[in-house]
This record gives sequence, C-alpha cells and structure tokens, in this order.
Amino acid sequence: MSHLEVEIKNLKSEMLEMFLLVKSQLEKSKESLVRLDKDLAREVLVNEKRVNGFELKLDRDCENIIALFNPVAIDLRFVLACMKINSNLERIGDIAEGICQFVLNIKLEPEKKLLEVTRMLEMYDTSILILKEVTEAFDKEDTGLARSVFKKDEILDEINLNANQAVADFIRNNPDRINQSLYMLSAIRKLERVGDQCKNIAEEIIFYIEAKVLKHKSKEQKQE
Amino acid sequence: MSQKLEAKNVNVFYDQTHVIKNVNLSVKANSVAAFIGPSGCGKSTFLRLYNRMNDLIEGFRKEGEVLLDGKDIYAKDLRVEDLRKKVGMVFQKPNPFPKSIYENVIYGLRIRGVNNKKLLDETVERSLRQAALWEEVKDNLKKSALALSGGQQQRLCIARAIATEPSVLLMDEPASALDPISSSKIEELIYELKTQYTIIIVTHNMQQAGRVSDTTAFFYLGELVEYDTTKKIFMNPSDVRTQDYITGRFG
Ligand SMILES: Nc1ncnc2c1ncn2[C@@H]1O[C@H](COP(=O)(O)OP(=O)(O)OP(=O)(O)O)[C@@H](O)[C@H]1O
Ligand SMILES: [Mg+2]
Repeated sequence: MSHLEVEIKNLKSEMLEMFLLVKSQLEKSKESLVRLDKDLAREVLVNEKRVNGFELKLDRDCENIIALFNPVAIDLRFVLACMKINSNLERIGDIAEGICQFVLNIKLEPEKKLLEVTRMLEMYDTSILILKEVTEAFDKEDTGLARSVFKKDEILDEINLNANQAVADFIRNNPDRINQSLYMLSAIRKLERVGDQCKNIAEEIIFYIEAKVLKHKSKEQKQE
Repeated sequence: MSQKLEAKNVNVFYDQTHVIKNVNLSVKANSVAAFIGPSGCGKSTFLRLYNRMNDLIEGFRKEGEVLLDGKDIYAKDLRVEDLRKKVGMVFQKPNPFPKSIYENVIYGLRIRGVNNKKLLDETVERSLRQAALWEEVKDNLKKSALALSGGQQQRLCIARAIATEPSVLLMDEPASALDPISSSKIEELIYELKTQYTIIIVTHNMQQAGRVSDTTAFFYLGELVEYDTTKKIFMNPSDVRTQDYITGRFG
C-alpha cells in the first residue's frame, strides 16, 4: 500500500470514530431527555468538547493530506468529502448538546402524553437510524444506502410539521406545562436538522464515490 | 479552424513492435495538452510524430493521418524543414550548442540564411523576453550558453525553439531535470506562451500536468486510454486505469 493509501485508510477509520462518537452523543441526549437524567446530560456536555477537538484534528489531517500528498481523483474527492462530513457531524454533536441543555433547564420529567403527541421518540429513533445508515454507507461505500436517507428524512419533516399543532393543543390542555412543551418543540426542530445534516453527509458520500454532485437537486432527482 | 493538431487512426511500429495503437486525438489551437502515462507507453513517440522526428529511427513505420491546421504533415510534397519551422521542440535535457547565447537563439534563422543584423537582434530580444530569460542575460549575450545554469539553459532552448516563430511547441519532460524554482518558471512560461502557441507537454509530474494543461491524454501500452479536460481527468477520470495511474495505485 502506498503512503497515501495508508493515510486515506487512517483518515477513514478516524472518520468512523467521529461518526460513532456523535451517534453516541445523540443516543445519550435521547436517554437523558426521556428519563430527565441530568447526570447523563452533563456527560454529553463534557463529551461535546471531545467532539469539537476531534473535528479540529480531522480537519487538520485532511489539510495535511492535501498539502503533502496532492491527492487526485477519488482520493481528492474522498478528502474533500471528509472535510464536509466532519463539519456536518460536528453540528449533529452541537444538536445533542443543545438538547441536553434543555434537560438541565427543565424541572419535571417530560409528560408521557407530551412525548406521545409530539412523536418525540419516533423523531429521535428515526434520526438515530438515519445517522446509523449514513455511517454504514460511509463505511461500506454504499451509495444505495446513502440514497435511502433522502426518503427517511421525509418522516422527520412530517413529524416536525405536525409538532406545532400538537404542542399548541397540549399547552391548551396543560397550561402548567408551557415551559416543557416549548423545550420539546425546540428539540424537535433541532432533530429535524439532524436529518438535514445526514442528507448532506449522504450527498458527500455519493459525490466522492460516484463523482456526482447532488446539491441543490430535487428529491426525485436525488433518488435516481 | 479550432483544431490545431489532429491525429486520425494513428498506428506506429518500430520494426514488428506495435507502439502506438489506433490513436485519435485532437488539440485545439492556443491550448496546452499534457501527455501522461507510465514509462514506455509511447508518449515521446507520439509527440515526435508532430514534427516527424521519428522518421530517422530505424524500422519506424506510421499508419493513419497527422494533420496540422487540417493538412497532412506526412504528405509527399511537404518539406520537413518547413514543418519544423512551424513546430518547435524542447527536450528533457537542455541541449544548448557550444556557442554564445546570442548565436543559440538565432541558430534556426542562421541556417535559413538570415543575416540581417537588425532582424537578428530583434529576434534575440523578443525570444529571450518570451522565454523569461532576457533580464538575466541581456548584458552577457556573447557569453557561452554552456555557462548558464540548467534552468537558464532550458529557457534558452525554449527561446531558441520560439525564435523561428512556430505555432506549435512540443515539450518532452522540459522541467524534469530542473529544480523547483526553475521548473515553476517553465510552468509560468507555458502559461504565458499559450496565448500564441499550441503546446503539448509530456510530463511524469502529475501536479505539473494539472497546473499547466487544459487537456490531458493518458497513454497506456501504446493506447490512448482517456483524453479529456485536465479538470475531469484529475477530479473524475472515466477509466479505472487512468484513476489507478494518477492516484499512484498502478501495478
Ligand atoms: N528508437 C527506438 N527503436 C525501437 N523501439 C523504440 C525506440 N524508441 C522507443 N521505442 C519503444 O517504443 C515504446 C514507446 O517508447 P517511448 O519512448 O515513446 O515511451 P515514453 O512513453 O516516452 O516513455 P518514457 O516515459 O520512459 O520517456 C517503448 O516500448 C520503447 O521501447
Ligand atoms: Mg519519453
């Protein structure tokens, strides 16, 4: 294996670590919200610093490969894709952190009913599943799997759209839970953005493997 | 006419060895084409077709057509000297003559019997300026060319090649024997020269091909595997052999 191939291989395995770290942050944020587990929320905040540090390191690695090895073709596309995916992952990390901040701010465990009407858990599970799928697509270089993300993201959009009405109705019936309800709505908004970040990641995966640029294309075109 | 050079179904043999296999390739006027590929794949042989430098090689045989400005350069009635006036060449190793800088530049004019002092002076200055060497040698034109550094010698050879005002410039690894600064001067020069010339450069340096050329041809075992814009070749080549070669994964 050439020196560049070794560097690319190392970059890929570090990227996978970053994927897993961010996924674990997202999963922990879910647990901490559902059980109002403030210790776990604090753990996520502490780990967020690791995510940020890891992002910087990966960015530097990508820059070094470009500066020292002048990669071309698929190697160049891979490194460019990693730089973007890296920043998408970091944002997902921010989202997990943001939700954990809510957890530290709210006083009572979220109402079962509120979780139910907002479809919060479904939202969470879908976004975690999407993140898992782009991770696997990245690992296995599977553009088919990457494409499947565009469809799943529609579920997140739909839940997000319904959430407004659901939260409004819930507040009407539970005026004492306004704060919590608003936090929940905010969390849903954030999770909707996890879907967007994952879509960006899927686009980058397809770009580096197939050299097709999908940005700014309609959904139907992307799924081709 | 936008295609300056065209090769149609070209095959080359050295005795029984088939070294260029049915190649079709066109180069647009005022563009730079880079030829890349592993050693022995036929880049230099193909390049030398354009100024008929292969003709003297024992056992050389060509099939197909090579056109300059739409005219067959292997036509019976064409004089090779006239062709070479239009198609200049620069080699890998700088090869100045053991003469003064001045005489080196006007060598081509001298052998054609040009003796007008004013014209020769003008040609020397113009060519050396174009080759980005004038400032360094203008006070020492009588000095021996062999006293110049390797990078300066190579720019002198470029000046010599353009003194006869060719329209095509062939360069076979012109910077491979040079240090990075001289090499980047040659690259700058190529960039400047393409406004006036059509340039073909053979290079083993992928980054150099990427930097200087508009189009890139990848040769492998005598075949033209892929010919496309340089951007396409280096970002997203169509053929896996091109990709393996430019990413250094070859064999
Ligand atoms: N004068 C010659 N007589 C016989 N065979 C030759 C001659 N010159 C080149 N060849 C053969 O023709 C093939 C192409 O050679 P050519 O010099 O064109 O390759 P190249 O791509 O320029 O290689 P390099 O990168 O090493 O300069 C090779 O197999 C070579 O051995
Ligand atoms: Mg050669």
